[in-house]
Amino acid sequence: MNVYMDYQATTPCDKRVVDEMLPYFTEKFGNPHSGHALGLRANEGVEIARKKIADLIHANDPREIVFTSGATESNNLAIKGAVHYYKSDRKKIITSAIEHKCVLETCRSLQSEGYEVVFVPVLSNGIVDMDFLQREIDDNTILVSIMTVNNEIGTIQPIKEISKICREHGVLFHTDAAQAVGKVEVDVADVDLMSISGHKIYGPKGVGALYVRIKPRIRLTPLFSGGGQERGVRSGTLAVPLCVGLGKACEIAKNEMHQEAERLTEMKNHFIGKILSRLEKVYLNGDREKRIPGCLNFSFEGVEGESIMLGMPEVCVSSGSACTSASLEPSYVLKALSIREDLAHCSLRIGLGRFTTFEEVEYVSDKIIETVTRLRSMSPLW
Amino acid sequence: MELYSNPKNVGSLDEKDENVGTSVVGAPSCGDVIKLQIKVDEEGKISDAKFKTFGCGAAIASSALITDWVQGKTLSEAKKIKNQDVAEYLSLPPVKAHCSVLAEEAIEKAIENYLSKKGEETCKK
Repeated sequence: MNVYMDYQATTPCDKRVVDEMLPYFTEKFGNPHSGHALGLRANEGVEIARKKIADLIHANDPREIVFTSGATESNNLAIKGAVHYYKSDRKKIITSAIEHKCVLETCRSLQSEGYEVVFVPVLSNGIVDMDFLQREIDDNTILVSIMTVNNEIGTIQPIKEISKICREHGVLFHTDAAQAVGKVEVDVADVDLMSISGHKIYGPKGVGALYVRIKPRIRLTPLFSGGGQERGVRSGTLAVPLCVGLGKACEIAKNEMHQEAERLTEMKNHFIGKILSRLEKVYLNGDREKRIPGCLNFSFEGVEGESIMLGMPEVCVSSGSACTSASLEPSYVLKALSIREDLAHCSLRIGLGRFTTFEEVEYVSDKIIETVTRLRSMSPLW
Repeated sequence: MELYSNPKNVGSLDEKDENVGTSVVGAPSCGDVIKLQIKVDEEGKISDAKFKTFGCGAAIASSALITDWVQGKTLSEAKKIKNQDVAEYLSLPPVKAHCSVLAEEAIEKAIENYLSKKGEETCKK
């Protein structure tokens, strides 16, 4: 039996999402850009989905939602698109040190084109250093891109405050909300651009969206050349079943988010309480309060994260130590928190979600306690 | 995998024993630390070997394997064990090769430590 506790990596598709999608593979297969009856039917599905996404993030106009292939594309489109469009005036991009790789790498690629990129550090609780941001932002800044919720430690950034600073300087504000949408309330009133992912919110993989403000209108240079779909911003025939799935996932999230957050908070508190009371020298990474309930990140002193995973192969969690990757470097996110470097190797991310049960929480916490105790008995650092 | 789940030779020997050689290699900040100890009998053969390892499964398995292999071997035989043999036996992927390198280093350092202890004693005499 496998126990899945890696909801930040991906989520299973909700059955209701799959049911909504299925007709669009067969009887409603039309190209949504065709003018005939079948095209119109497919288009109708897409537009209903667009409206549902807009509703979840409080966008006034569904036309502000652009479908993409996922959050990676959304982030690329938002950052490269805005920077390339507005480049003549300004040259500086500000982002944070703990962004997802696709944001960091997008910024680095712009850096090699000659733009100035500033990586705002985070405090030890995983929240961006607002004073640093305040000092760095200036009239030469095109865009600030800071994530709403971090994918490794689950901390929630002060989006409203960042928004205020950006507005004061007339700087565009993009947020990667892939881990936030559907988990906590997000409001596009605070931002100009927002990235959304399908598979992080019980929707299908391979689809995402980008919110692009219409009033005042934000312009983007497209990534692809083509037929000019999605108001000229994202060419390519829409993946209708995936768009419909994302819409349904957003509708379910809107209806159930608060109840789900309450249930997850209860489970999370139980999990943290049990681990911290049964094991010594365990550290919860990231702010204790400013975090989503479904994401826990612990460092277990004296044992390496990957060895814990190996000790409970039926439990699907994620290790912050990147020993499997070619770099052998521990997580750059944990390093950015300035935690002791050995502790960065000792981390485990546990993701709770819609289908997590209390029995699973008990099982996994027991397994972790047992495995960490065993590995500590054979660790020279313990 | 078996060597990780049920590793043999976990533990430690008396560091002060003149017949015991001890080594600690790696660094916590790099994610791997192996503490390895060997005990040498009158005939110059390794009669016991123990380890404690902080690191991924591959590091633990490498330590377990190498402490198993050196048992009953002379010091010069033990020195001949190469990291490639460990990596091959465990089918370690290239990114894990450093774990076997660390295990080989641990054996070498433990032997060195034993010999230096013995050397000092000879001088005292």
